[in-house]
Amino acid sequence: MNRLALKMLFGDRAKYVMLISGITFATLLMASSAALFTGLMMWTTSLLHNVRAPVWVADPKAALVNDNKPLRDTDVNRVRSVDGVAWAVPLYQGISQARLLNGAFQLITIVGIDASTLIGAPTRIIAGRPEDLRLPNSIIIDDEGIKHLSAKYEHRVGIGDVVEINDHEARIVCICKTLRSLTGGPYVFTTYERAIRDYVPPQRKLLSFVLAAPQPGISVAEINQRIHRETGLAAYSEDEFMWSTIWWYVIYTHIPVNVGTIVIIGFLVGIVISGQTFYSFVIENTRALGALKAMGTSNGRMAGMLAVQSLTVGIIGFGLGMGMVTINGVIADKTGELPFLLTWHIPVAVLVAVLSICVVAADRGVQRMSKIDCASVFR
Amino acid sequence: MKSNLPPPAAPLGDKMALKLEGIAKSFGQGQARTIALKQANFEALFGQLTMLVGPSGCGKTTLLSIMAGTLSADAGQINVLGHLLHQFKEGALTTFRANHVGFVFQQFNLIGTLTTVENVSVPLVINGVKPKEAERRAVELLARVGLQGRENESPTKLSGGQQQRVAIARALIHNPPLLICDEPTSALDRETGIEIMEIIRDIARDPQRCVIVVSHDPRIYRFADRMAEMEDGCITRVLSTPAEIGAAH
Repeated sequence: MNRLALKMLFGDRAKYVMLISGITFATLLMASSAALFTGLMMWTTSLLHNVRAPVWVADPKAALVNDNKPLRDTDVNRVRSVDGVAWAVPLYQGISQARLLNGAFQLITIVGIDASTLIGAPTRIIAGRPEDLRLPNSIIIDDEGIKHLSAKYEHRVGIGDVVEINDHEARIVCICKTLRSLTGGPYVFTTYERAIRDYVPPQRKLLSFVLAAPQPGISVAEINQRIHRETGLAAYSEDEFMWSTIWWYVIYTHIPVNVGTIVIIGFLVGIVISGQTFYSFVIENTRALGALKAMGTSNGRMAGMLAVQSLTVGIIGFGLGMGMVTINGVIADKTGELPFLLTWHIPVAVLVAVLSICVVAADRGVQRMSKIDCASVFR
Repeated sequence: MKSNLPPPAAPLGDKMALKLEGIAKSFGQGQARTIALKQANFEALFGQLTMLVGPSGCGKTTLLSIMAGTLSADAGQINVLGHLLHQFKEGALTTFRANHVGFVFQQFNLIGTLTTVENVSVPLVINGVKPKEAERRAVELLARVGLQGRENESPTKLSGGQQQRVAIARALIHNPPLLICDEPTSALDRETGIEIMEIIRDIARDPQRCVIVVSHDPRIYRFADRMAEMEDGCITRVLSTPAEIGAAH
């Protein structure tokens, strides 16, 4: 009977296309919104992905990695002096403007890393050598920055080209790939000393974070507790700081509400289209279904037929929808312009939602079908 | 087909296929209540084509639905093939129909999105036969009703007479002892109707099969071996031989 059920479904092309379209659209809407949201959240924590360190020491009031509550310069040594800390280096991050020789401006995110160890330097290098950062007036810029600067210049900006940051010369010595920042602008890496001396306006305190690592045999959690106990500063692991940042955005911005609204709309659209289509399928096939009932098909079996039809269109629509989402993701990844992150949780959650849509839609048809009087085929 | 029901509780005599006694049925309630059957009695024998005739609205289709197991009666005894249908619950009635009854409907009721061979195979599939085997037997049966070569066509591309042949094949594929035909020729022209009735009469010759035909078309009365006339919800006359039928009509 399942085979016959599928033949009845595929034979009614209009209904079949409508059902598939409804599920595909619902899948596309739900998965894209969720991927957009996770991508955005990833952008909020881009510094953590671009500058890797096991321990991030920050001001106790800094709840997120984008919150610049500067520390004292002496805090680096205080962290170094904590028993069990293998190393501790300073890190600066801030927003500034880069000026091209033709006068165009570009907003940038400046990251100042420790010159002697280069801890925090980008790892995905496209051209040049990160070690050249130790040369005078040198910077590492990401490919996003190259793209933006080149758009405003006659030729493609590359290694050796010079830009001006805060009236100081900055020569590009290396090009890297980074995760984009939510707050905008390409990443520009330089040494900590050069960043605070030349590339940002002077302030009393400029140290953003202290990066650290535990000695072998000591866990990150343990060293974080020690740092906090002995210095009073907040110490996070990468993961902790990432989630703390993400939760801040979830709670204090309306991004989840907006995205969640789109997800719910997608879910409801799927239910309405599929449910209504199944209902009209049953109405239009009342005589045939009544004949099946008369010939000895039980209500349970007929419900099973509708369930098979519903699950089949659900899986096909889900596949098509996720395919389109994946294409979206590939385009987003290539251009780097769109926040998009498709973790495995998203397809699983969307599949559960799609199956729920299928159950509700089929149920609508089953309720209508159970009311078909098999004696009515004699009229 | 092997029946999934327990053996008949009240076997009838040798040739008796079904016996309905004191059947009453009404629809609606209060002032809208319509009495469709009043103490109707009906019998049919194996190896015969029994026709149930009468004017429109006399209760023929209601009585047919009750003996087929698709409608319950308000009162009376319904003994079909030895099974007391008035004692059956919904599930048992469904199984009974699947195993014992073949249907030929007035409007054919074929499924347009299936091919003719798939339509014919439906009763076998309902009874759990594998689709490939069911379709193999359907091809044989289609040849018997004169539709060889039309197996993979959509029923919508066939003429009315051809569609009714497909419906007859579908009704017979699971070898039911009872064949119920509700106005099988009313949607067909005279000539095609006669062809269909000849097929049904041949089927009725099977001594292990009982064929009931409901009709108000006098042109096909001559095919009946036995005729029950209905009026106002009651059987008013039973004509037991073709001679009696010929004399009366």
